[in-house]
Amino acid sequence: MLQCENRETAFFALFRIGETAMRFGTEIVLVGLAAFAALAAAGLAQDSAFQAHMWVLFFALLAGLVVLMRNTTFAPAGAASIPLQADTNGYMDGPVRYGVIATMFWGIVGFLVGVTVALQLAYPDLNIEPWFNFGRTRPLHTSAVIFAFGGNALIATSFYVVQRTCRARLFGGNLAWFVFWGYQLFIVMAATGYLLGITQSREYAEPEWYVDLFLTIVWVAYLAVFLGTIFKRKEPHIYVANWFYLSFIVTIAMLHVVNNLAVPVTPFGSKSYSLFAGVQDALTQWWYGHNAVGFFLTAGFLGMMYYFIPKQVNRPVYSYRLSIIHFWALIFLYIWAGPHHLHYTALPDWAQTLGMVFSIMLWMPSWGGMINGLMTLSGAWDKLRTDPIVRMMVMAVAFYGMSTFEGPMMSVKAVNSLSHYTDWTIGHVHSGALGWVGMITFGAVYYLVPKLWNRERLYSLRLVTWHFWLATLGIVVYAAVMWVSGIQQGLMWREYDDQGFLVYSFAETVAAMHPYYVLRALGGALFLIGGLVMAYNLVMTIRGYQREEEPIGGRLAQPAPSLQTAG
Amino acid sequence: MDYTAMRQFADSWGLLFMAVFFVGAVLFAFRPGSKKNADEAARIPLKDD
Repeated sequence: MLQCENRETAFFALFRIGETAMRFGTEIVLVGLAAFAALAAAGLAQDSAFQAHMWVLFFALLAGLVVLMRNTTFAPAGAASIPLQADTNGYMDGPVRYGVIATMFWGIVGFLVGVTVALQLAYPDLNIEPWFNFGRTRPLHTSAVIFAFGGNALIATSFYVVQRTCRARLFGGNLAWFVFWGYQLFIVMAATGYLLGITQSREYAEPEWYVDLFLTIVWVAYLAVFLGTIFKRKEPHIYVANWFYLSFIVTIAMLHVVNNLAVPVTPFGSKSYSLFAGVQDALTQWWYGHNAVGFFLTAGFLGMMYYFIPKQVNRPVYSYRLSIIHFWALIFLYIWAGPHHLHYTALPDWAQTLGMVFSIMLWMPSWGGMINGLMTLSGAWDKLRTDPIVRMMVMAVAFYGMSTFEGPMMSVKAVNSLSHYTDWTIGHVHSGALGWVGMITFGAVYYLVPKLWNRERLYSLRLVTWHFWLATLGIVVYAAVMWVSGIQQGLMWREYDDQGFLVYSFAETVAAMHPYYVLRALGGALFLIGGLVMAYNLVMTIRGYQREEEPIGGRLAQPAPSLQTAG
Repeated sequence: MDYTAMRQFADSWGLLFMAVFFVGAVLFAFRPGSKKNADEAARIPLKDD
């Protein structure tokens, strides 16, 4: 037995001194080996893009290694923890705090790149070859907002919510830290890959095979942490928010693996070929693409809605039984809606109709869920006037309702024949992404930051109001402009003269879009400014400042100040 | 299993299984006496932090 123990510790013997173990000993060894592997891969690379990408990976891992080694101590593990990583009431909140900061950071990056690509479309001279042309910055924008901003928000809030509603600490110890840092590394690898020109050209799944494999490992770890926490829960019932989060994690795992089935050309190259071909390939991609919308951008954020709205208004959800129906209906319907992205293509007609019919059926659970979220405020509607965070959440649910009305409508073949490939689609996506995903995330983050950093309140509620109006105005400008430009574009494309010739050349329809593209950039800029206001507010809250300001609703609503503190 | 067989399975047994599962889930959610459990479950987030 002694021998066995010796053998087990032999590898890590270097890192053990007497009774005390080296903090992060295993992590340092593993990150160091990974950095060496990246360096070797850079040396063996078959193409220059892969080589550059491996150098990026090497330096990212090297930076991680330096940080780990600087934080290492020879005290018994966990003796001196820094506040950012501290627990609250036995809950593991370190990764949640990091996640909230990462959400804020990637949000700003993603919005900034969004405004940049909008300007690139309006002013083509801004396309700087080769790294910063639209073809490379566009996936940078979509991945930054969906996976970096949205993904970090989902991981952070799911870790927070699952602990509170299960009354159990996160399962797996430092595995949650691996999920957080592993996901950040995935983001860095995806983003730098796009700029280097590495892509497998699948929308919202652009990273190449080796980045996909790494994300699979991170995602399985995420599933293990989440599911493990549910298994060891002290609360007998699994609260509905966890159902939504779990369906998001499981479905994304399935979608990611199937859509990225590919054979790399060489183990040391960036190019791979999909296992599917032709229309099967297209359908697999849009089965993935639409369910990324359904399970990443909808189910996950619904989990957020079902926890943070009841918390912020301090009332239980309007109908818990409706939330269960909402869940199952969404699960059974969403997965079939993908083919509506392939209307009037080589996809069999029955499959197109199936996609359309299931999209229309989605109206019911979507609106059921929206009503459930909104009615949670019944009896507390006055909060809409006094609490800008509630206002933000209500606007999010309203946009959820609007975009889930618009989506099924656009999936109808007759409507799609006008709307498809036009800016209308882009407008629709943004009313969902900025309105629903963005606003519910902002609401959740405003709720979380004072709780996580143990502050009495936010630095300033007035700034939240500013953020609310900047963001709302930005979305309204964006969506309205894209409606007009999209419908105009669609009508111009299909305009025939008496003799059956097209009236407009393609270049003419592009030129006609210019004023709308400028206005769109303006809408995006308003949304970005709102994000910067949020970042300032949150940083000041984290640093412990409170702004002196008139309470919303006036001082009359507050108890009169005592004479001693007056003046 | 070729395409035709899979297709046939999907629009017969597969369809039946999913429809029955969904109807079952709805009936289970609205079974008599579920209101009390549901109201209790709805209060889980509000119990404490």
